Amino acid sequence: MRRPRQPLFLARASYRRRRLRDAARLLPVVGVFLLMLPLLWPQGGAGSAVIFVFVVWALLIGFAAVLAHGLDQPETPSAAGDD
Amino acid sequence: MPFDILVLSCFVYVIFLFAIAFFGERRAQLGGMGFLRSPTVYTLSLSIYCTAWTFYGAVGYGARSGIEFMTIYLGPTLVFVGWWWILRKLVRIGRQQRVTSIADLISSRYGKSNGLGVLVTLIAVVAATPYIALQLQSVTLSFAVFSSDQPEGWATPIRASTALWVAGGLAVFTILFGTRRLDAKEQHHGIVIAIAVEAVVKLVALVAVGSFVVWGLAGGPGAVIDRIEAVNLQGWQLQPGRWVGLIALSAAAVICLPRMFQVLVVENVDERHLARASWAFPLYLFAMCLFILPIAMVGLEQMPADTNPDMMVLTLPLAHGQGALAMLAFLGGFSSATSMVIVETVALATMLSNHVIMPLWLHLRPEATRSADLRGGILLARRLSIIGVLGLGLAYYRLSGGSAALAAMGLIAFAGMAQVLPALLGGIFWRGASRVGAILGLLTGFATWGWTLFLPSFGQDAVIPAQVFALGPFGLSWLRPEALFGTAAMDPLIHSIFWSLALNTAAFFAGSILSFPDPVERIQGAAFVNAFDAEAQGGRLGWTHGQAEPEALLNLAQRILGEEALTFFETEARAQGKEGYLPDMTPAFLTELERRLAGSLGAATAHAMISQLFGRATVTVEDLMAVASEAAQIAEYSARLESNQTELTRTARQLREVNEKLTQLSVQKDAFLSQISHELRTPMTSIRAFSEILTEGDLPAPQVADYGRIIHEEAKRLTRLLDDLLDLSVLENGAVQLNLGLAHLGELLDRAAAVASQTRPDRAFRIERDVTTEEIYLRTDADRLVQVFINLISNARKYCEANPGVLRIAIRHRAGRVTVDFIDNGRGIPKEKQALIFEKFARLTDQTKAGGAGLGLAICREIMANLGGTVAYLPGQRGAAFRVTLPLRLERSAA
Repeated sequence: MRRPRQPLFLARASYRRRRLRDAARLLPVVGVFLLMLPLLWPQGGAGSAVIFVFVVWALLIGFAAVLAHGLDQPETPSAAGDD
Repeated sequence: MPFDILVLSCFVYVIFLFAIAFFGERRAQLGGMGFLRSPTVYTLSLSIYCTAWTFYGAVGYGARSGIEFMTIYLGPTLVFVGWWWILRKLVRIGRQQRVTSIADLISSRYGKSNGLGVLVTLIAVVAATPYIALQLQSVTLSFAVFSSDQPEGWATPIRASTALWVAGGLAVFTILFGTRRLDAKEQHHGIVIAIAVEAVVKLVALVAVGSFVVWGLAGGPGAVIDRIEAVNLQGWQLQPGRWVGLIALSAAAVICLPRMFQVLVVENVDERHLARASWAFPLYLFAMCLFILPIAMVGLEQMPADTNPDMMVLTLPLAHGQGALAMLAFLGGFSSATSMVIVETVALATMLSNHVIMPLWLHLRPEATRSADLRGGILLARRLSIIGVLGLGLAYYRLSGGSAALAAMGLIAFAGMAQVLPALLGGIFWRGASRVGAILGLLTGFATWGWTLFLPSFGQDAVIPAQVFALGPFGLSWLRPEALFGTAAMDPLIHSIFWSLALNTAAFFAGSILSFPDPVERIQGAAFVNAFDAEAQGGRLGWTHGQAEPEALLNLAQRILGEEALTFFETEARAQGKEGYLPDMTPAFLTELERRLAGSLGAATAHAMISQLFGRATVTVEDLMAVASEAAQIAEYSARLESNQTELTRTARQLREVNEKLTQLSVQKDAFLSQISHELRTPMTSIRAFSEILTEGDLPAPQVADYGRIIHEEAKRLTRLLDDLLDLSVLENGAVQLNLGLAHLGELLDRAAAVASQTRPDRAFRIERDVTTEEIYLRTDADRLVQVFINLISNARKYCEANPGVLRIAIRHRAGRVTVDFIDNGRGIPKEKQALIFEKFARLTDQTKAGGAGLGLAICREIMANLGGTVAYLPGQRGAAFRVTLPLRLERSAA
């Protein structure tokens, strides 16, 4: 309603950018999910949990770096907007 | 390690920081911001999240609770990795609305309400005071570690004064670099660059100590992991409630803590830096955390059982004779503490001065808006706030004795500040969020936090009696501080976070749903929630035309923004297509100005100030509704169109008039040619005819004399005509020689009247004069002026039909100019002819009656132009009236 002139389908580049944003939104959700996993493990030594958390952490950072590179681009007028 | 060297190196380090900050300020002032504006500096400045609580406390936390210490860093990681959700919007809104602090953001979002600003400021100060005390304590403790043989030597004499010295030094630094200027963006480049350097120091220090512990003491990473796996300490079990709760809490804190908001939003110079920080800041946290557990493990193993685990980063290297390493660690801890205190103090001081001190001051002295040095007042308020905040921290430290474990204090502060989260998130994502809801939510959350966490943290019987802990206030057991509604099974911290945030959110939603926001709130709500939709809407809503003078506004703005105000006004004026420094008071301009002022004063204060200048205490609801509604805009637009239309019509009318005159002039020019030939021919014909008769001879003498007289008369008339024409052309070319001298106006009129009486001497004619007003000496060309007077008086004698004719001569003398009005009692000159009488050969009546060539008034006009004056027809005097205006003293240059 607010953007009546939005096209229904997008060019390939803008489409990619939109999905990149979706991925950026999804990343913290995935992070929460993975960080909750150790809670379900049987209590025991902390070593494996520590390693697991650090690995998840490193992966989150890595993915965020990749996504940030793509999201950094200035928005083209046609791709402007929130989704 | 000698204590003196420690103090000395600490001193040198502080001087180094001052130099860095000074350099940063200088670079920023000179405009060379290249490195200062880099995303790396932005990311490093974010590291003030890692305070002394991280540097010293994390090891203690890790030693006590194992893996749980990581929650404090996982929360921020999730928030930053998910920057596209919240941080991006916050930064955008912060830049659009020129937000100066988190209190300002909340106040601005909920209708620029200062009450909310005060509330958030209050919460922030209460929550931050223990935290600042914690930093002072950590510095004091670390000094104590070096200064005594006993690492936990509490009794060292310098302990008491260390905190005071540190607080004093920090106050100086913060005042120097935090209140240097009053700038619309509220950015402090010196401070940012200094804390970026400190961020590097603390990371290097912690990694150095960690590497020493892992490879020097523990025998490599593998061995460390084995030990962690084998450990089975009490408290190391993963508690699901605390794990989830603390991750959520730290995630909330990284957004809401005043210092984080300061560096994250306020100090942000480029939105794209956030993209870098989204992974680089988690990476920094990752690096900080990597060695915490190994240090804690090895510390627990090797140090005596009564060692304070919070100080292991220092005591471990010291115990192994690594003085230099310990020194580095000390500087790391010192950096963590100082950078946190500096930024927190700046953030709190901004909030205090913008939301508490300045509004109070302006309320007590409303005339201050218009009077003296407002800028100095604001800076003074900032400085006092800085001293006040640090003083509070110091007082808390002294009173509490600084005995609590570091981690506990940090978490209490987090939980307190997290109370802002519902209002903050609701504000930027939900348009329905209202001020009533925000106030209710904040009050509920703050009260619950105070009751269940903050007050109990002082210990049983300190503030809340032990009996209340056991039985609840007034015997209401469901209100026990650590078991609200009977939830005694929960961990006290999680219990508090859970209930405070739950009740806070519930009150926020209930208040928002049940209340109706006022127009300012709704406008701000739309601007915040739709921050990405259109930058353009910023100028759409806001001020309508007001009564404030541009000068007054510029005056006010200059006192707050300084030089920047002038530049801003000038650019705005140029954008509107005007020259100079005073743009039109368009709504867009006022909105932008208010935003700039808000950058220095906070939204609520800026709004109030502009309102005051506009002569109304507050903006009325009707006003805003009118502005906000589309109808008003359309009306305004059509009004503008209409005014354009009127202007066009006026221009067209002027054009038409000019055109008409031109056409008439063209007709006159033709008439002039035919006139002049006619005028020349008539006397010529007479002369030729009579001279022919005379040449034939045979005429009686009287007839010859008669004919000769006629020829003489006609020749005279011809000469007069030619004289007039010559006169006129000389006058028109401005080549006339003026004979300047002093002349008495009355005498000039006497002369004129005498000469003019020759014209139609037969008729009854009276001239009314007021001799007293004629006592004026003019410096002018008397003969020329008399010529004009003669012409005007003769005209009156010739054309005034009244019998007897009366000519009134009125003289006025004002501001170096003299006007002489000649008003007769005839019928006057019809309006359509008034424009023509000064043209050549313009004769209104038929020629015979006039008897002249019609050049008189044309010559008068030219003479007056040469005398630096005018002659004009004066309408509306019943009879014909002419006004001669001339300067009292004609200078030669004007001739």
